[in-house]
Amino acid sequence: MVENRPWLSVATHVVLIIGLVIVLFPIWVAFVASTHPADRFVSGVVPLLPGTHLIGNYAAVLGEGARQNGLPPVGPMLVNSLVMALGIALGKIAISLISAFAIVYFRFPFRKIAFWIIFLTLMLPVEVRIVPTYQVIANLGMLNSYVGLTVPLIASATATFLYRQFFLTIPDELAEAARIDGAGPWKFLKDIVIPLSRTSTAALFVILFIYGWNQYLWPLLVTTDPDYYTVVMGIQRAARATDQEPLWNLVMAVAMLALLPPVIVVLAMQKLFVRGLVETEK
Amino acid sequence: MAAIELRDVRKVYPGGVEAVKGVSLDIADGEFLVLVGPSGCGKSTLLRMVAGLETISAGMASIGGRVVNTLEPADRDIAMVFQNYALYPHMSVRQNLQYGLKNRKMEKAEIARRVAEAAEILQIAPFLDRKPRQLSGGQRQRVAMGRAIVREPSAFLFDEPLSNLDAKLRVQMRGEIRRLQRTLGTTSLYVTHDQLEAMTLADRLVVLNGGLVEQVGTPMELYERPASVFVASFIGSPSMNLIGIGSGAIEGLTGLGTMPGVPAGRPFTLGVRPEHLDVTEGESTAGEVTLLLTVTNVEVVGAESFVYGRLGGTGPDVAVRVSGYSRLEPGVTLRARARPGALHAFDASTGRRLT
Ligand SMILES: Nc1ncnc2c1ncn2[C@@H]1O[C@H](COP(=O)(O)OP(=O)(O)OP(=O)(O)O)[C@@H](O)[C@H]1O
Ligand SMILES: [Mg+2]
Repeated sequence: MVENRPWLSVATHVVLIIGLVIVLFPIWVAFVASTHPADRFVSGVVPLLPGTHLIGNYAAVLGEGARQNGLPPVGPMLVNSLVMALGIALGKIAISLISAFAIVYFRFPFRKIAFWIIFLTLMLPVEVRIVPTYQVIANLGMLNSYVGLTVPLIASATATFLYRQFFLTIPDELAEAARIDGAGPWKFLKDIVIPLSRTSTAALFVILFIYGWNQYLWPLLVTTDPDYYTVVMGIQRAARATDQEPLWNLVMAVAMLALLPPVIVVLAMQKLFVRGLVETEK
Repeated sequence: MAAIELRDVRKVYPGGVEAVKGVSLDIADGEFLVLVGPSGCGKSTLLRMVAGLETISAGMASIGGRVVNTLEPADRDIAMVFQNYALYPHMSVRQNLQYGLKNRKMEKAEIARRVAEAAEILQIAPFLDRKPRQLSGGQRQRVAMGRAIVREPSAFLFDEPLSNLDAKLRVQMRGEIRRLQRTLGTTSLYVTHDQLEAMTLADRLVVLNGGLVEQVGTPMELYERPASVFVASFIGSPSMNLIGIGSGAIEGLTGLGTMPGVPAGRPFTLGVRPEHLDVTEGESTAGEVTLLLTVTNVEVVGAESFVYGRLGGTGPDVAVRVSGYSRLEPGVTLRARARPGALHAFDASTGRRLT
């Protein structure tokens, strides 16, 4: 519905701006907090305008961190988060792509059952199976490792479904033409299916990267060695300092830094991402 | 170049539908054979069995003397043109043409030569670096043809390749396909449900009905001597007039003596094409079959008109072709005379030709 009524567009803009303010205000507060000295918060009043310690605070978290408060340096934590988010996103994409390909293009015994088993895993997110999963990872000696951080989160029913739905929209004739052109299953996957799923893959990558980046509970359980802390749980460690006031300014600086990579990913993939969500390449 | 042979080929789909119920055909080397029939008669199924896209449930198919029943499509040395073209959307036209050749590990120079040649023949050279979605329907159709040509296969298989084009383009592409096939001399099997397309393209036509061959022959054979009521009504437009003849006289129909091949008194179906009926003014002479029609509708096509009327005012509908612009009004009575030798007789119960 495209209408051209002035008051309507004013109203929509007002609504949009209110929404924007509601979303952005906490981020603004966090940013402002990250620019003040630590003692500024003792009074309990949160300032609304930036202070003078921007460079000092960020230098502190990027450098030594605040070890006495349980906050390790941010740099390595960002790297850990990046490894985990990329591992999860790419792992999920690889596995889902192949399983959806199998389900859509091959007739094999128990295909339906395989499909329903994948479907069932939708009902078992990490939080539900966290104790047994922890047990398995612990027994395999994978605590405090990247493998332990990523592997249990990789299996993905959602991504498998998205790929399956997309593959079903690829006309059968394309597969038949490829067969006549002498392309076997691998060639068909590599030359036709993967290039055609480019936009869907980009959209999935963004979603899965953020999913992996924002993981909190799982890294909290499997990492006890600060060398493997991810940034999202690192924030929590810092905010929970036991015998003194939390250094809110540094906590907020870490939070701001933790926000950046997902934003960068979204911006970088924006064009493909939107295309992947709204249309399929014909 | 190769002959194609089908021996009692059958197809039963997993659900139990028997789509092709035993078809035997011999397609000569270089022949253009058209499979025609109504929707659901099994044309595509038959073609796809030759292509190897469907398994053959029973019977034998061979291409160039080699039994292909269990061969993969890629190993059958055929090329197929699909109704929706099935071009790879993410590849340029050039890549589309090359893909099958590359998979066959053909030399680069040879691939380039074939692509250039096909592009030249089909006049698609200017679009070689475009994506399929940047082409018009007709251009896509050419690219699909090109993809078949570059393979230099022993047979082309077409499944309604023109039905996504508008009427004018369809006529043009029809001519081009025919010319191309003559030049290349490649055996072709072509599926369509458009009888006009079938008539104009075919060396020989196969009319399929319910998974069985109804008749095989040149277009003129089928037009002049349809083997059954089904073929008679399928070939020709408007279709042949069919009038059921019982033991008694038919109102509005005079002069019908005994038909050759029809035992006297036996009910049969009389067939006469609209173009074999002439409007007459005078009284009918002896030995002439005349039909008295009450005009119900007139269709003016341009060079000719088709007048529809009821036989004897209440009988079956009969169409008459009139050249030029017919000014007949509905309601008037029209006398039409059948040309001698233009009558067909079919068995009333089986529909098979009697004469
Ligand atoms: N994959 C399938 N599974 C089961 N039945 C099928 C399948 N494909 C086709 N059929 C059935 O087989 C019969 C013949 O189908 P086919 O596609 O060969 O018809 P067609 O002559 O090509 O018709 P059209 O002109 O509409 O394309 C139809 O009754 C159809 O329902
Ligand atoms: Mg068909």
